Amino acid sequence: MRIPVETFRLDNGLFVTFSEDHTAPIVAVNLWYHVGSANEKAGRTGFAHLFEHMLFQGSAHVGSNEHFELIQRAGGTLNGSTWLERTNYFETVPSNELALVLWLEADRMGELLPAMTQEKLDTQRDVVKNERRWAVDNQPYGTMLEKMQELVFPASHPFQHSLIGSMDDLSAASLDDIAQFFATYYTPDNAVLSIAGDFDAAEARRMVTEYFGPIPRGKGRPSLPSMSLPPVFGDRLREVVYDDVSLPRLFMAFRSPVFGSDGYYAASVAGAVLGMRKGSRLQRALVRERQIAADAGAFTFDLAKGADLLVADVTARPEIPVAQLEEEVEREVDLMHREGISKAELGRAIALIETDLVASLQSAGERADRLSMFATYFGQPDLINDQLGRYRAVTVDDVNEFASSQLGENNRASLLYLPRESVESETLLAAAAGAT
Amino acid sequence: MVATLRPKAGPARSYRFPEFQEDVLPNGIRLITAPVSKLPVVTVLVIVDAGSTNDPPGKEGVAALTAGTLLEGTTELDGAELAEKFEQLGTSVESGADWDSAFAKMTILGDRAEEATTLLGHVLSNPTFPEREVERLKGERLAEILQLESEPRGLADEKFSEFLYAPDSRYSRPDEGSTATVTGLSRSDVEAFYRARYRTELTTVIVVGDMSRANARALITKAFRDWPSGSAEDRRLVATPKTVKRSLHIVDKADAPQSELRVGHVGLPRKNPDFFPTLVMNAVLGGLFGSRINLNLREVHGYTYGASSYYDWRRGPGPFVVSTAVQSEVTAPALQEILNEIDRIRSDRITDEELSLARDYLDGVFPIRYETTGAIASALATLTIYDLSPDYYATYRENVRSVSVDAVLDAAQKHLHPDRLQTVVVGDAKAIREPVGELSLGDVQIHNA
Repeated sequence: MRIPVETFRLDNGLFVTFSEDHTAPIVAVNLWYHVGSANEKAGRTGFAHLFEHMLFQGSAHVGSNEHFELIQRAGGTLNGSTWLERTNYFETVPSNELALVLWLEADRMGELLPAMTQEKLDTQRDVVKNERRWAVDNQPYGTMLEKMQELVFPASHPFQHSLIGSMDDLSAASLDDIAQFFATYYTPDNAVLSIAGDFDAAEARRMVTEYFGPIPRGKGRPSLPSMSLPPVFGDRLREVVYDDVSLPRLFMAFRSPVFGSDGYYAASVAGAVLGMRKGSRLQRALVRERQIAADAGAFTFDLAKGADLLVADVTARPEIPVAQLEEEVEREVDLMHREGISKAELGRAIALIETDLVASLQSAGERADRLSMFATYFGQPDLINDQLGRYRAVTVDDVNEFASSQLGENNRASLLYLPRESVESETLLAAAAGAT
Repeated sequence: MVATLRPKAGPARSYRFPEFQEDVLPNGIRLITAPVSKLPVVTVLVIVDAGSTNDPPGKEGVAALTAGTLLEGTTELDGAELAEKFEQLGTSVESGADWDSAFAKMTILGDRAEEATTLLGHVLSNPTFPEREVERLKGERLAEILQLESEPRGLADEKFSEFLYAPDSRYSRPDEGSTATVTGLSRSDVEAFYRARYRTELTTVIVVGDMSRANARALITKAFRDWPSGSAEDRRLVATPKTVKRSLHIVDKADAPQSELRVGHVGLPRKNPDFFPTLVMNAVLGGLFGSRINLNLREVHGYTYGASSYYDWRRGPGPFVVSTAVQSEVTAPALQEILNEIDRIRSDRITDEELSLARDYLDGVFPIRYETTGAIASALATLTIYDLSPDYYATYRENVRSVSVDAVLDAAQKHLHPDRLQTVVVGDAKAIREPVGELSLGDVQIHNA
């Protein structure tokens, strides 16, 4: 199975990828800007994401909120999202509306600033603060991402600070910040445009050139401090968070090879052996057999710079002492670290990953997003077609090599959530221990 | 300089919902097939008329527990071995029950579909419901209930149902059961429920994807040949409201930074003659990003990250609800805006622009909803579960387009009931009690989370 991929670059540096598929009259447009929370300056945490909200507030020829309205009127779906390394904007529409989408994206890439006002900034600041309250502050385990970033990255590292941002930093964001960020990062040479689905390549190329061609190239982006990190934490890291949660939950992170590297695929398969679905080790041992966990899983952050993270995520059963939860997770990790995995475990993991990969490519939006991702991180959108092969090439030895070098005690960071009421009992325990 | 002229839409290419065919197998199971060959993927979805509304009184949660335990053992293989077998084939079967049906669903690569489907049919036809696994899944459900106590969104939804329906309505209790009822369930309850309802005439198998009709038919006929024959009566559903007067329930969560709000009343059943006007009316009111409620609360006032309204479509009258989370300090003004919007859509006609936004969106987005085999299979299940006409999808867009401004006003007046609104606020009672009490939301009751 191969997805057709065509690429070209406009004179202003905009990198364009096309993938045609005429099975349904649907087309997906996807833009990745190579800017994320990592690019924020000190005192402006959360700004990349706040900026994403401002991109829906109109541009020179588009009214406030009109972007949403025009796309929905066209029968399309749309959104945007911000991550540590990138910000993306995407629409899926009936294929006869491709021109509208390209025009809207070009208008905000070319002429956002005339539409920016203090009032719009103030409203979106309130919306984002409410997003923070909703998704982070008033949600059990909602602080996981920012606590994890803080725990596993050194203070000076661009991945260390909160993506959603602090309330104070959000309050401090100004229209000047908007203008500066726009001029620096929202330029054609810092973006990838992908189109997937039902369109005519020659016609689309003409439209892309017409709408995006006149937008001037940027002046280059400031370089980030060094992103590189040693392959392991070097020490055991641990933080306990007392929060408004009902059940203890342990996130145990391991530093792992960057997204796209050979080592990444081995780590990703190791993660699937550990936590993907019912047959994984954590599910089988902790949820099914020993019944100490209510749920268990594992995931990777997919970071393309510095180092990636593999995270095991285990929620305790109500009656289980937290010390036991930690011990039993450690024991499973130790076992994989020391003894590696079997051929059958490898086969199971790769078979599941294969199905998920193929099934996800049914959606035009998903195809466009992955093309943008591989183009943004590696300049090679056709890597989309290498993924199955990369996973199939992973051997037991590759996974065991990863487990042996990166699941050891010098590379574990535990972020442990405990119900707030347990502070008291822990303090009492500590006092009792001190008294003896 | 960017082009200033907005491009116009080109001519639309036609679209048809994937062609499907309905069949009855020799043993009475219904089979729906929709060959789609875009990618080498197949989805198999089994639905059984064995949802939570058929839970016997006092045994709430047994439908969900039965569906959840279906894949936990046969006479030859235990749950761990079964999971291993499916996963070696690159798939895992998700099973569960909602109000109206039980389901088992898997998506798999085409060349492994035959083996996995054969196994699926065998497992679903011969479950042993091992005691240990029944008890484990009960334990996991109890853990989930405990989690809900500290999860404001889920808690608000659950409390809303509890305050909305009369205590003898199945809808007033969680579909997967409460601590008391789940604790009381046993292996024999599960087995009895399975024997009663997992029957050929209550079962539909849906196969969508890269497999021919003939192959699907042969495969399903063989794989499900042991399915117990027969049928069963549906339990009578009570869905009366708890009260027809407005009332306000504050579920206290001390120092919560936000209030989770649910405002609504008992709605109407999925199968009803006003479905399309009600759908379009709700899209304008709170169904779309550009709806009145979202634009008002989010984009005008910045009270929230998002606000929406929906009818929870079920066989019986599910809830109509406006749902949002707002900063604690603005709880009262946000509730007032919600009340105003419900009144406004009942008193004045919506504008032509509002109508066209909702209609054009629902019409245009139609093909985008059915890009995957999983989504097509779910759409076909909807036809069966709600007993909709086979041409429902073929005529959907036409039906949406024929809704008028007057039909929307009529739907709003008939199907929104401001006098019966029930309001649930999960939030900081001491901060919001007073300002919220001043709104005319009815008698106030304060509850502990």
